[in-house]
Amino acid sequence: MQSARRAQRRVQRAPHLKVLWLGGASPPRCWRHPPQVPPHRPGRGPLPALARGAAAVRRAAAPRRPLPAALSSGSLLSPPAAPGSAMGNVPSAVKHCLSYQQLLREHLWIGDSVAGALDPAQESSQFSGLPEYVKIVEVGPRDGLQNEKVIVPTDIKIEFINQLSQTGLSVIEVTSFVSSRWVPQMADHTEVMKGIHQHPGVRYPVLTPNLQGFHRAVAAGATEISVFGAASESFSKKNINCSIEESMEKFEEVVKSARHMNIPARGYVSCALGCPYEGGITTQKVTEVSKRLYGMGCYEISLGDTIGVGTPGSMRRMLESVMKEIPPSALAVHCHDTYGQALANILTALQQSCALITLPNQHDAATLARRMPWLKEGFEVSFNRVRHNIARHRESSYFPPQRNAGRLRPSLESQKRPNLRIRKSTIYRRLEAGSHEKES
Amino acid sequence: MATVRKGLPRRLAGLASLRAVSTSSVGTFPKRVKIVEVGPRDGLQNEKNIVPTAMKIKLIDMLSEAGLPVIEATSFVSPKWVPQMADHTEVLKGIQKYPGINYPVLTPNFKGFQAAVAAGAKEVAVFGAASELFTKKNINCSIEESIQRFGEVLKAARAASIPVRGYVSCALGCPYEGKISPAKVAEVTKKMYSMGCYEISLGDTIGVGTPGGMKDMLSAVMQEVPVAALAVHCHDTYGQALANTLMALQMGVSVVDSSVAGLGGCPYAQGASGNLATEDLVYMLAGLGIHTGVNLQKLLEAGTFICQALNRKTSSKVAQATCKL
Repeated sequence: MQSARRAQRRVQRAPHLKVLWLGGASPPRCWRHPPQVPPHRPGRGPLPALARGAAAVRRAAAPRRPLPAALSSGSLLSPPAAPGSAMGNVPSAVKHCLSYQQLLREHLWIGDSVAGALDPAQESSQFSGLPEYVKIVEVGPRDGLQNEKVIVPTDIKIEFINQLSQTGLSVIEVTSFVSSRWVPQMADHTEVMKGIHQHPGVRYPVLTPNLQGFHRAVAAGATEISVFGAASESFSKKNINCSIEESMEKFEEVVKSARHMNIPARGYVSCALGCPYEGGITTQKVTEVSKRLYGMGCYEISLGDTIGVGTPGSMRRMLESVMKEIPPSALAVHCHDTYGQALANILTALQQSCALITLPNQHDAATLARRMPWLKEGFEVSFNRVRHNIARHRESSYFPPQRNAGRLRPSLESQKRPNLRIRKSTIYRRLEAGSHEKES
Repeated sequence: MATVRKGLPRRLAGLASLRAVSTSSVGTFPKRVKIVEVGPRDGLQNEKNIVPTAMKIKLIDMLSEAGLPVIEATSFVSPKWVPQMADHTEVLKGIQKYPGINYPVLTPNFKGFQAAVAAGAKEVAVFGAASELFTKKNINCSIEESIQRFGEVLKAARAASIPVRGYVSCALGCPYEGKISPAKVAEVTKKMYSMGCYEISLGDTIGVGTPGGMKDMLSAVMQEVPVAALAVHCHDTYGQALANTLMALQMGVSVVDSSVAGLGGCPYAQGASGNLATEDLVYMLAGLGIHTGVNLQKLLEAGTFICQALNRKTSSKVAQATCKL
């Protein structure tokens, strides 16, 4: 009982260390990271302590919602059109029964008993090499609709986004502030942005390809923006009529303006696994573009398999290369299902993000720093933070009495660090001294 | 630093199990994968339209030319239950049997086995299930009794030196019982393996499985049956087929069942997709550098042919992306 409480306090006091190992970033202290907003979970309590420390990894909470119409109306239970069809040696006429809905309620998380159904999944994910939480960024209203032939009216777009807001999604990409000449589907960007009901706890980024679009977005009330780069010169030239370098310069202006106004910016890299014009794209190019976007201030980089040609093998190779420069907590994947590979690619990406935290020698900080240079910075910060926290809570009962109580290891004694280890008696003495001084 | 070192190992020790699992699961895939094409049997028998015998024979010949190593030709069941498979003898006698390609047929009982052998079958398959309720409702007996029935087929097949492949339905979920425990799947699989099946195909019959469930089930089964004797047969009803197959490959399974053009459908969900599409599977395996021996172009042609014959759209995303029709 006591050890469980101690473990919980340990997590709460050093969430950044746990989060580091789980692939999450440290709690945001600067403009780069968006404010920590607890995920919108209608009808459910806050996430447990573990999740509160994780910055960019969150489980997509499954809210209670009614069964889809097709299931609740019982159409699922009707016999198939061809009475003779069978599976194996099994005639179809006997394959339907009432317990199928029960199966969906118990086996899947659709339906009423959400809380119970989630626990086994949580348990298995902890040991399956997958992250504990995954943030789903819904791009349907922007990336989805703009590729549809039929132009959707504004009020339907608003209703669509409002319905998505109620599903528990934590990020919904609303619209794109581009010229209506290029993307007529997004001509009503301002009306949509102003018309949607912005739920607390849900973020609504918008696409802003240039400074003009950015100013319009801010005027319409946008609180988060995204910029789109590409890892292919031909794609960039054909799509936005400029080279990668020129597009980066434009995005730099946008991201700089966003930083001044404390607006987080998300970066996209298209053609990360293949280009319709150039064919294969080297992992070095993807890494270079991602690093550039991350360096200019994007808090997250979404690596897009724009034409869906990627497979788990190419996804793994690309991520291995990118993760040497950018921490997994700042990466996202955007897979297209053109060749049916999307879910398999996503599974590989999830496994890859956890596989990163695997080292030959778990105590070897030099190995850590060598394999992941970006980690070195975070690791040192955490080391110092841990020492700071330990020193700060020296006197608490949580830490057992040490032989060198009150002193650092001799090799570190010589280092110039603030003495954070102050005994309570010292504090009282100083307070008394201060009060005496005041009196006198 | 003594105090900090105390903290670190404790943190990382908890992650050691995670580490062991994740390093093994991300990188290792089999070098070769055997694809078992179940389209002509499992696919066609779940389609609404009945295909003429000549077209079935042409489909199987086109699949043989595509290089698939195993093609399930037909099913020797009573036409009263499965009218699509009424022409089983004609199909088996009419197809061109390429050297190096196996043409197993389904034989649910001894009578079917005899008819199959008479028609020239060199390999047979039997179907079991991991769910008592599923077996009771479908063939009106318990799992134990159904395995005893297959026992006759297996004995006769062993006497005639004919290899037998076993299928286990409802390995990841049952429409009647709901969740199926991995231990039960392991038990049924072990039974069938010990009775003489050279390979057991674990089927996610209603497609409800996800990679996590697949991993748990395979972990349990692999403790009883060697992984070289296991295959997976995933349905794409909930779009999870390829992800489940990927997880199975990471666990060491090297035989995958699939159906050309994703033929099959699902009798439990109107309009839902059925089997995993062979084209999508071959595309993924080619991207992973795994040898399959299948010519994707010829496979796409076979898929186009059968979809035109059935007057339906292909369920394979690769075919949809590459087809110019």
